[in-house]
Amino acid sequence: MSRPEDLLPPDLYYNDTESAKYTTSSRIQAIQASMTNRALDLLDLDRPSFILDIGCGSGLSGEILTEDGHIWVGMDISPSMLDIALQREDVEGDLFLADMGQGIPFRPGTFDAAISISAIQWLCNAETSDVSPEGRLRRFFDGLYASLRRGARAVCQFYPKNEQQRTMISQAAVRAGFGAGILEDDGGTKNVKTYLVLSVGGGDITGTVSKMEGVDIEDGRRLREAMHRGGKKKGDDVKGSKQWIMKKKEKMRNKGKIVKSDSKYSGRRRGPKF
Amino acid sequence: MKLLTTNFLTCAVKTCKTSPLSFPLHFKDATLERTEIDYNPLFIRNVLPRVNWDALTTTATELGLQSLVPARNPGTRTETETETDIKDEELRKLHNLLLETGVVEGKLVCGNCGFEYPIKEGVGNFLLPAHLV
Repeated sequence: MSRPEDLLPPDLYYNDTESAKYTTSSRIQAIQASMTNRALDLLDLDRPSFILDIGCGSGLSGEILTEDGHIWVGMDISPSMLDIALQREDVEGDLFLADMGQGIPFRPGTFDAAISISAIQWLCNAETSDVSPEGRLRRFFDGLYASLRRGARAVCQFYPKNEQQRTMISQAAVRAGFGAGILEDDGGTKNVKTYLVLSVGGGDITGTVSKMEGVDIEDGRRLREAMHRGGKKKGDDVKGSKQWIMKKKEKMRNKGKIVKSDSKYSGRRRGPKF
Repeated sequence: MKLLTTNFLTCAVKTCKTSPLSFPLHFKDATLERTEIDYNPLFIRNVLPRVNWDALTTTATELGLQSLVPARNPGTRTETETETDIKDEELRKLHNLLLETGVVEGKLVCGNCGFEYPIKEGVGNFLLPAHLV
């Protein structure tokens, strides 16, 4: 199946027909509900809270937040989706037509938590040439970080297109200052669900998540460190260094080019000029 | 749009972030509406310390509701009080004001750049034109 992200920008893709299809499909409703419940479990809120729903769409996830006794504020870029949300009776949250890639227009420390269901992968697309995915991700995560209370958590379920998008999103979150971790449900299957779990000011989140049910921790940091060390050895030599020059010469030699023979003077600095 | 939400909204324009004038946003041609929401004292207690009381007073005055706003935030403690004990009646009033009172039509105007965010059917339009992003 093709990804909607590859077809059109979100405000155009979710037009009246597509939004209606999305909201009435019992399959999507069930998936959305289970993901929202999972996100709520991960948020682990102990009292009625003020929650931001990013990419709230027609309010499928918001409904569950309301049932749980929370008050929520939703943002979405698709007017058709919001229109359906208005028509549905059980949507109690405040809705905003806004682009998450333009930042979050709330003052610092507003929300107790944030959730986002199947939305943030849209940030990896740049619809016009004057914006870049990196810039949009940065504005989004910077805005989100600021708008959350200290100690708050955010759970963003998203569908990364590939490994690259996954790292791009999680790195952008880390750069904004979040403690970030990725949780996968049904990993390795077609139904894999990826959750980006973020914490503000809580530092390491592996500790808090580890107690929860059905969570296996695969600490990416060890792997990354090892890769880092390995990477250095493998040949990220500084450009212009002796090793780098020797490697280049070897490469050229293998290509069959004529290369000056190596000597003790290769790659050495010239003496000072008068 | 609930009064509570408007108490947290700032101008989305990047250059306004640093200006104190960009908060709170000011209402223009606002139409009010009342919606029923389940009374939840725990939520009110949780959110009250975060409410900017000066901004709430300003907003309420603009909407002609200043009589409903208590003089000071009951959610913040003074030095003499050790425990915040808010009366149920007071909480109900605040629930009424913050959650059940909302703006359905109108505009929100930034005090710094003057940008107008339209509100239609309770939905605020915070999309910015490309040159302001």
